[in-house]
Amino acid sequence: MSQRIVIDPVTRIEGHAKITIQLSDGGEVEDAHLHITQIRGFEKFVEGRPFHEMPSLMARICGICPVSHLMASAKACDALMAVRVPRTGTNLRRLMNLAQIAQSHALSFFYLSAPDLLLGMDAPPIKRNLFGIAEANPQMARDGVRIRSIGQQIIEMLGGKRIHPAWVVPGGVNEPLTAEKRDKMLAMMPEGLELALRWLDWFKGIHEQFHEEIATFASFPTMFMGLVDKQGNLEMYDGYLRFVDADGKIVVDDVPPEEYATYIGEAVEPYSYLKSPYYKPLGYPGGLYRVGPLARLNLVNACGTPLANRELTQFRARANTRSSFYFHIARLIEIVYSFEKMQQLLDDPEILSKQVRAYAAPNSLEGIGVSEAPRGTLIHHYKINESGAMVHANLIIATGHNNIAMNRGVMQVARHFIKDGQVNDGILNRVEAVIRAYDPCLSCSTHAIGHMPLLIEVVDPKGAVVAEVKR
Amino acid sequence: MSVVVTLKINDIDVSGQEDETILDVAREHDIYIPTMCHLDGLSSVGACRLCLVEVKGMNRLVTACTVKVAEGMEVYTETERLKKYRRMLVEMLFSEGNHICSVCVVNGRCELQSMAGRVGVQHITLPYYNPLRTLDTTHERFVIDRNRCILCTRCVRVCDEIEGAHTWDLGGRGIESHVVTDLNTFWGDSPTCTGCSKCVHVCPTGALFEKGRSVTEMTKHREFLPYLTMMREKK
Repeated sequence: MSQRIVIDPVTRIEGHAKITIQLSDGGEVEDAHLHITQIRGFEKFVEGRPFHEMPSLMARICGICPVSHLMASAKACDALMAVRVPRTGTNLRRLMNLAQIAQSHALSFFYLSAPDLLLGMDAPPIKRNLFGIAEANPQMARDGVRIRSIGQQIIEMLGGKRIHPAWVVPGGVNEPLTAEKRDKMLAMMPEGLELALRWLDWFKGIHEQFHEEIATFASFPTMFMGLVDKQGNLEMYDGYLRFVDADGKIVVDDVPPEEYATYIGEAVEPYSYLKSPYYKPLGYPGGLYRVGPLARLNLVNACGTPLANRELTQFRARANTRSSFYFHIARLIEIVYSFEKMQQLLDDPEILSKQVRAYAAPNSLEGIGVSEAPRGTLIHHYKINESGAMVHANLIIATGHNNIAMNRGVMQVARHFIKDGQVNDGILNRVEAVIRAYDPCLSCSTHAIGHMPLLIEVVDPKGAVVAEVKR
Repeated sequence: MSVVVTLKINDIDVSGQEDETILDVAREHDIYIPTMCHLDGLSSVGACRLCLVEVKGMNRLVTACTVKVAEGMEVYTETERLKKYRRMLVEMLFSEGNHICSVCVVNGRCELQSMAGRVGVQHITLPYYNPLRTLDTTHERFVIDRNRCILCTRCVRVCDEIEGAHTWDLGGRGIESHVVTDLNTFWGDSPTCTGCSKCVHVCPTGALFEKGRSVTEMTKHREFLPYLTMMREKK
């Protein structure tokens, strides 16, 4: 008899989701969906607000990536003012963005995913958390916490507080950096880099154990999208959109971010509050693409910093860098990159310049800001009236870009691991882990309320729930 | 020539001029009475009710900013009843508007916010009214966000009494009351507004602010008011 398996809530991700797996009469996986069960509403309730409030309002979308929203939002506001941000203002924003990427990647890898990697996919759920790691490998837990803390401390030193700093404003930032703070930041760079390299080496050493997961974690061909700089290198703050195909061949390049809508369409599915962006020329759902650390490392020419370049070359020498399992390794390489790049920015004496902000009234009624968040490309698109009040906002959040791919990934893993209707905790954890590899931030991408539950439902052909696993 | 009167505030013997208010005399003697709508340099209207005090022999509470002192008066400013009412009043100000400190231009520099701390408000125990209020961004340099207005009428008074323009006024009744410019037209179209920004600076919350200020970036300067009044009276 056929059944539906429901995983609700999906655990160790940011936000709420559930997964349903539809089994046929023969107990084979027929269909699988990732449901994002929450709604936030930011796009709507910002209407009418003065645009200068937008960075801080939008930062409230997330407590983990407030900085990413600050960046994209402030850049959209720069476009509304039609100003050029002073060079130091831009570099200070870059610095904060990189600190954010390092801390968020550390959270994803060490806190959320490492339990699966260190303790194994079949470890008891009660052990699969940061405390389980602290018990099995205290050094790993300590280092993970430390990388995160370095990132957060830099954000705090720049913006006055770790979460939702009001320092990033339309036109630049509202306070220059002092030499004292710069020196404190510089002092932390070698440690951050060393820790990141240590765990990158560790992961490179053990990842082959996960060959089955590597083979099945959304290892299908998709396009990748991300920002690159003028040389086609890794770029987190600014640059141009690039799409590459599954073989890494460039499909579209040098797309100015404000032309995103020419290439990205947005579809809506009845089973989820998360919209499904797709590559327009290929239509929906054929135009699926992935964003985030794995996408970035699959599409750039190079990282642009020595150690990250070396790691990227090694990474690409491996087979099958398409597998979403490699999001983890990509994240660690990007932490290395972030520390190297922050060091470069801080070494530039101009980082202490007092010219950090441009002032202007609204000069353009439409503005688009795009930057790379830890989880991928983040797009903020605003329209205002002549007096500077918001009339329209459209947000495409990194997690949204991955929606079609996450659904396919769930299907692929479920098909591979669920046989004859037999499910156990280890299998369910793998289904969750494929989602976790994308490090989705559902509260960001759907503008929702609440916590993240996980439920797997097994449903018969008539739609009745036959089995249910709840956490 | 004004007459000196003696009275007691919180059982302490004090003296003042007979044309002074309880608030004036209390302040002269370093006795704190909370105020929100009152501002030195403007007339007093007793709108916010935070300066309520108890006077022996009177069965109602009186506003210290409007009631004059009298010989033999016994005033109490810190009774349990008053403390409770003050907390309740501030809670009501929060619950009847839409005050979101975290994304406000005056976060950290707001009189309502600091008053909440001062009178001991830790939570808003009353249900939020969540009113649908308007925002006017049409002025070239300033914005009025009625979500954050507590109807203290400082803007109305400063515009009328100091600037002499009388651009601001109150419109609507009861819970629908709100500040309006001219005859409820857009501020940007106002023929009377001189753009002096006094209303912006006397506003105790983030209801009136300068355009282009981001969250926490608005500092208000009110110290000019008594000097302005003084210098004009001299002429």
